[in-house]
Amino acid sequence: MRRAEIITAGLMALLSIYLMFKSAELNIGYIKGEGPGGGFWPFWLSAGMLISCIWIAINWYLKKSPPSQSEEKYLDSYGLRMLLLVGGGVTVFIALTHFLGFYGAILLFLIYYIRFLGRHSWPVTLSISVITPVVTFLFFDIAMRIVLPKGYLEPLFIPLYDIFF
Amino acid sequence: MEILGHLVDGVFIALEPLNIMLMLIGVALGLFIGAMPGLGSVNGVAILLPATFLVPPASAMIFLAAIYYGAMYGGAISSITLGIPGASTAVATTFDGRPLALKGRADLALVTAAVASFIGGSIANILFTAFAPPLAQVALDFGDPEIFALMLLAFATFVGLGGDDIPKTLFSIFFGLVMAAVGLDIMTGEPRLVFGDITGFMHGINFLVLAIGVYGIGEMLWTIDSTRGEMTMTGAVMTFRGILKSIRESISSWKGMTIGSFLGFFVGILPAAGATPGSLMAYGITKMVNKHPEQFGKGHIDGVAAPESANNSASTGAMLPMLTLGIPGSPTTAILLGGMVIWGLQPGPLLFTNQTEFVWGLIGSFYISNFFALAVNLAFIPLFIWMLRMPFTVLAPMIFVLSVVGGFAATQDMHDIWLMLIFGLGAYLLRKLDYPVAPAVLAIVLGPIAEPKLRQSLLFSSGDPMIFLERPISGPITVIAIILILLPLFGLIRRKLRGTKPAAS
Repeated sequence: MRRAEIITAGLMALLSIYLMFKSAELNIGYIKGEGPGGGFWPFWLSAGMLISCIWIAINWYLKKSPPSQSEEKYLDSYGLRMLLLVGGGVTVFIALTHFLGFYGAILLFLIYYIRFLGRHSWPVTLSISVITPVVTFLFFDIAMRIVLPKGYLEPLFIPLYDIFF
Repeated sequence: MEILGHLVDGVFIALEPLNIMLMLIGVALGLFIGAMPGLGSVNGVAILLPATFLVPPASAMIFLAAIYYGAMYGGAISSITLGIPGASTAVATTFDGRPLALKGRADLALVTAAVASFIGGSIANILFTAFAPPLAQVALDFGDPEIFALMLLAFATFVGLGGDDIPKTLFSIFFGLVMAAVGLDIMTGEPRLVFGDITGFMHGINFLVLAIGVYGIGEMLWTIDSTRGEMTMTGAVMTFRGILKSIRESISSWKGMTIGSFLGFFVGILPAAGATPGSLMAYGITKMVNKHPEQFGKGHIDGVAAPESANNSASTGAMLPMLTLGIPGSPTTAILLGGMVIWGLQPGPLLFTNQTEFVWGLIGSFYISNFFALAVNLAFIPLFIWMLRMPFTVLAPMIFVLSVVGGFAATQDMHDIWLMLIFGLGAYLLRKLDYPVAPAVLAIVLGPIAEPKLRQSLLFSSGDPMIFLERPISGPITVIAIILILLPLFGLIRRKLRGTKPAAS
């Protein structure tokens, strides 16, 4: 935990510096008759982020914050496994929406999660995995008229459009 | 009397069939969301906000407010039966609710929580109705410096009362404000902070992208990581006769309920403070004034009544600055405020003159929802306890799906979904190191309002920041904000002088 604390503070400080540079692409000073320039607000806020990071680093050095005293691992084996399986699962889910559209991706993601991570029975898995995209389709595409991307599965939906529209 | 007339009109608006249906669904959903560990009012409102584009803004707001309300009731259910707070707002309820359940009096604790929530909600509704119109009247005179000073106060409250690591809270606030600045500069129209020239950043970062990322994806990861497997459930036997008996017994905690209701409301009004500190403070004070403080923590009924009345009362209180000043009183109301902007309503005192139907319909719905929440809660406690057995491995993937679909519905851009994922993963990793996430969400909502106010104020004063201290209303507010920021620092100095270590409270 202690090492993670300072590494994170360092990374966040780098992010702050990047944001300061990026803000400085616009005028960060006071323009007479126009008020503060467009970069003024984000520049000083990013500077605030940087100062906070330095403060966090000082607290780390003085061992004042709980994570800087903790001997525990930042990500133990459970945490890491969880992050890879669940966080990775969601990442793949979002990536799949580009190809299979939302509905195909939802179906696969739910099967993966409920069956393989949750170890529930196939009947439970399949009923939830099939009902969820159907309800989502009825709510978003039909009721709210917010058309979710279908990816390569678009042709499968054409008969449905014929029914509802 | 004029207020009463408006209130009656409002109640009639709230009683329209669509609104009644939405209130019932909202309250039931809220109870469920509140009861589920890992989901609180703020998660529910953030994830479900995109779903409300289906109905008119007034009904959408009534629905979301009902969720907020219901979640305050629901949090107690898991605090008592599982010993795990269903939401951060119900943390204080575990202190005495859990021991009561372990003694076999889960039914008494649950009923007391419901009755206390109802009392807290009712008192807060009356206070709200009395205070909101005059406050909105006063706020009509507020100029840019005053509004900016109020925003400063909102952030200062987080630093002073949040109880989190100060530099990390500040970091979170600054980060949220910078993210709000991405996109076209509102005053000059120049593109700003367009990272890597990706066009997706040109339209800015919608607050829902950060809110759903943090409260949908990040919070789920956090809950899966921190609960790790088994929880033990204490059952509760609920019969009609038993409930009536418990209601009579719960009246004995009237002291805790009164303290909780009033304290909760006023803490709720403070910008950004919300229901969590409100309920913790109510618990502390009720314990302090009780004749037998040593019984607290072992199953004292006042220890359930005080925080439960306070969190309901505070949730209504938090709506007061949101509706009258356009400054959210809690993280959940920050998201509601962002929703109002999406619906094309200008938050602030003008709402009371320009959108009377919206405002009074909402206020009317507070009263009705409160009755609904009590009835649904008492009638379906066994059902909610049964639902708590729903495995997290089914709930979590559904929340992920809802987050992604809801996020897309809000912005209709895949770029934002990826950004949401990055925010979610980042929030989880930072939260493990005690970085608070709520200030960032509040900041991204307030950022687009705060920046033009600051720039216009400075233009007005030709660049002199003293404008915030010199004006009669913004001056005192700014001073209070500065004191709040310095508050933890004073405590630090005092401890240094006494040479003692901070008390482990």
